[in-house]
Amino acid sequence: MSWVNAVIQGILLGGLYALFACGLSLMFGVMKVINLAHGDLAVVAAYVALGVIAVTHVPAVWSFVLVVPIFAGLGYIVQRTLIQAALNRSVLTTLLVTFGLSVVIENGLLQFTSANSHSLDIGSLVSDSFSIGSQITIAYLLLVIFIVAVAVLLGLQYFLSSSRQGRLIRAVADDREAAQLSGADYRHVFGIAAAIAFGTVALAGLAFGMYSSFDPTIGTDQLLLFAFEAVVIGGLGSLWGTLAGGILLGVAQQIGAQVNAADQILAGQLVFLVILVVLPQGLTGRRAAA
Amino acid sequence: MSPAGQRGALPGQPDPPAPVRVTRSRRSSLWAGIGAIALVVILGYLPYVVLSGTTDLLVNVFILITMASMWNLLAGYAGLVSVGQQAFIGLGAYFVLIFANHGTNPFLALPAAALGGGLVGLPVWLLVSRLRSGYFAITTWVIASVCELIIVRYPSLGGGTGEPLPGFASLDPTLLTAYTYWVSLAVTVIVIAAIYMILRSPLGLVLTAVRDDETGARSIGARVSRAQRYVFVVAAAGCGAAGGLLIISQLNVQPAAAFSVQWSAEMIFVTIIGGIGTIEGPIVGTIIFFVLQQTLASYGTWYFIILGLIAMIVAIWAPRGLWGLIADRLHIRLFPVGYWLWPAGTPRPAGWRALPLPRRGRPAGPGGTSGAEDTGGPAAAGGPAAPGGAGGADRAGSPGGAGSPGGAGSPGGAGSPGGAVNAEHADTPGPGGTGGQPG
Repeated sequence: MSWVNAVIQGILLGGLYALFACGLSLMFGVMKVINLAHGDLAVVAAYVALGVIAVTHVPAVWSFVLVVPIFAGLGYIVQRTLIQAALNRSVLTTLLVTFGLSVVIENGLLQFTSANSHSLDIGSLVSDSFSIGSQITIAYLLLVIFIVAVAVLLGLQYFLSSSRQGRLIRAVADDREAAQLSGADYRHVFGIAAAIAFGTVALAGLAFGMYSSFDPTIGTDQLLLFAFEAVVIGGLGSLWGTLAGGILLGVAQQIGAQVNAADQILAGQLVFLVILVVLPQGLTGRRAAA
Repeated sequence: MSPAGQRGALPGQPDPPAPVRVTRSRRSSLWAGIGAIALVVILGYLPYVVLSGTTDLLVNVFILITMASMWNLLAGYAGLVSVGQQAFIGLGAYFVLIFANHGTNPFLALPAAALGGGLVGLPVWLLVSRLRSGYFAITTWVIASVCELIIVRYPSLGGGTGEPLPGFASLDPTLLTAYTYWVSLAVTVIVIAAIYMILRSPLGLVLTAVRDDETGARSIGARVSRAQRYVFVVAAAGCGAAGGLLIISQLNVQPAAAFSVQWSAEMIFVTIIGGIGTIEGPIVGTIIFFVLQQTLASYGTWYFIILGLIAMIVAIWAPRGLWGLIADRLHIRLFPVGYWLWPAGTPRPAGWRALPLPRRGRPAGPGGTSGAEDTGGPAAAGGPAAPGGAGGADRAGSPGGAGSPGGAGSPGGAGSPGGAVNAEHADTPGPGGTGGQPG
């Protein structure tokens, strides 16, 4: 039964990873930019939420109402200035610039907030859970995060497939020059895509801050790699693949932890590397790994 | 300093191509070589005259120059942006630790650390060789994380807390400091010399072509994947040696520090700021790094934040870095890895500074890199991006251009015995041979 429990916990954790990953996947899909600062942005969002809570005294659960729009706006600005300038140079430059951003964010957080770990205080919700049978306990928080993740992915899917703006994003992702010839301002579309990516990563950062404690270094040490692994395992170009990738990663980690508590992360990384070798297009495999 | 190649007129051609003379060095290069040897001699003498604090700092300088030079070879030339070189740094440190635990002198274990890094690099390359840009970057990062997670599983290597390096108990501390300094200096000199040799070899021409245009290099038949494999293994070995130096200079190793992405950040920042794609760049960048670090030592990690911001600015607005700016203004190449061409029969051109030097980022004119007066018209086009064209034997050096220095003014693109050509500063391979004129 403990194995079943590990799988269930892994699936729920996978929702959180998918929430982290969808922004990374969107930015890569649309702009061909892998944002190496992605994990750090989530951590910054959690720190910003700490500040918001301290100033406005809103309950931690509602901090996203302020933090997510802030990050969406930030995403648009960063994309239109820094990342666009790097994109004009080359794809390699975007890697160097986002990596620089990541290091600057991490060291800035260390400088301003110290290396101590924090968490978003959500009262009793953090430990509330219900049981199925004698072995399986499901925390409400993880379940809520999973549902939010699925809802975000559904919303994103609907937005990309049905709305005018979403179709524009897909058009630019497919063929930037053709979209431009049809009158689309691809820079603005890139900004919108980055705003969505930053918004979702902020939401993921808040969820992570409620679920676990965070410190300035966890963004690069874990979150970026997990998000990337979920994207690659799931396969590019498919949001549901990203969810599947996140779930597979979460299950691998939980089963690894079941075998040996210290091997949780290693198990996830090894599953990622194996998938990379045997199934380079990922589970859904629409496009080859580039 | 004698011409390395000469080519006469081809029989049966209505418009014989002009013979071209080629050299790889200039007088400034000779002086640079003498200066480099003098610098190494002076640096080697330092432990006799300065305190150990200075040599300890210089050991860190040497280690960072070694790492940054290796990353520069990877990213600057082979187009492989790795964020996971800390894998080999950490493994190099642990290789030295393992040998020292078995009674080997840590200094003698250094070659084994380099060899071990290279040996691990091969299977890692098989794993990552199909990946490009961002995928490559994060996957190397994941591999570094895996290496760390595997190392901490072994309690005999100190587990998660690390272990001190044995083997120096009987050595006088002053002597140990001096030995460490000399060995670090030697490793750095070997690494830079090796990179210089690689870049002057045929492999170096492939790499230089990849640096300027990977697709273009592949399309003219350069064996790019093989060159990238060599470079990846060499960089793994170099970072292994750097990791070995690290544990020797610090006398202990911690997995979290040895496998920290901080190493990647340092080598990337100094290479970008100094000038990516040049041998001199990482050295210049490392000096800037340590000047900033020492100046702002009392302000925590501010020096690193500033460094990161400078690196971002440089990457976007001055992608050739500080050395690129200096070299463009003053026309110096301390490590000449390109070719200079001028028409035979005319005196060796003296006034290099008078030549217009196309800068990177702006497409070269139809005449490629020729002198201003005889920039060829459309008729000079010897085929777009002609592999044989000397349109930039260094900056845009194509492997074909190496094989036939006479590619300047290749048949069809009628060369003229006009102005001298400075192929070193050539930009993207413009259509047409150098010195081409309407035929």
